[in-house]
Amino acid sequence: MHISLIAEKIFTIAGWPITNSLLTAMIVVGVLTVVSVVAWRRFTLVPNMLQSSFELLIEQFLDVMDSVLGDRHKSEKYLPIIVTIFLFVMFSNWFGLLPGVGPIGLMEHGVVGEHDRLVPIFRAPSADLNFTIGLAIISILSVNILGVLAIGFWKHMSKFFTLKNPIYTFVGLLEFVSEFVKIISFSFRLFGNVFAGEVLLTIVGFLVPYVVPLPFLFLEVFVGMIQAFIFAMLTLVFVAMATSEETAH
Amino acid sequence: MNPETAKFMAIAFVMGVGTIAPAIAIAIIGSRSAEAMGRNPEAAPKIQTAMILALAFAEAIAIYGLVVSLILKFVE
Repeated sequence: MHISLIAEKIFTIAGWPITNSLLTAMIVVGVLTVVSVVAWRRFTLVPNMLQSSFELLIEQFLDVMDSVLGDRHKSEKYLPIIVTIFLFVMFSNWFGLLPGVGPIGLMEHGVVGEHDRLVPIFRAPSADLNFTIGLAIISILSVNILGVLAIGFWKHMSKFFTLKNPIYTFVGLLEFVSEFVKIISFSFRLFGNVFAGEVLLTIVGFLVPYVVPLPFLFLEVFVGMIQAFIFAMLTLVFVAMATSEETAH
Repeated sequence: MNPETAKFMAIAFVMGVGTIAPAIAIAIIGSRSAEAMGRNPEAAPKIQTAMILALAFAEAIAIYGLVVSLILKFVE
């Protein structure tokens, strides 16, 4: 049994190493793009199956966002980034659970004294720390950019750097540090959950190959959705905090 | 104690000690939200959303411990 913490390189394009996680993430992006374009092209007054499911998803998300932002106009404005994060993370996690992700791979001949080992072609994207850190940086950057766009550069910056009062200066510096802590906590939460799920499924599969892994597989489907929802919801809460002006002072 | 044994002891210790506080936190969140839903069944969906978010935060602490122990286990 071999478990690799880092994503393995499978081939290179013009000197750029392509890891199996990156390849899987690109496939997920491609599938999502094609499905969205198909749903958007066949936009009709009487919705078909695909359009109805998209409309249901968007309605549900708008309701959830209303309860956080308190304003339908704001919800519609920030819907794209939140739902994109949710769909991308959820389908990435679910893609990692498909049969064939993991067992199918290329044999790599080991150096003298080592065993040959299998390098999987596909790997759940979130089981690679680079993916989750990248997503977390995108999320926090967009939170700050949306904050600047909503209330202005100086007002947004005065949340972090202010000389009005020594206490606010200190609190502002803590806020500034916590922006970086958010990136770490975002990325490690997603990575830890998904990678732990992979390890759990591998180990249970080795212990009892039939029937017993089923509940664990179901648990992983649930965890994949919940983690995507949490990633999106936390981004939403941070957007809500960044785009509202401080009135308490 | 040879280094290999120390490594396995460290892995077990990280998981054992690191899950105590999240377990307590999850117990409190679960019992309080069940109580709240029992008192006010109409607010159940809202309480559930808040509960799952809080659960994820509490669980994250255990996940950090898990990541550390996985790194200890699988990185040579």
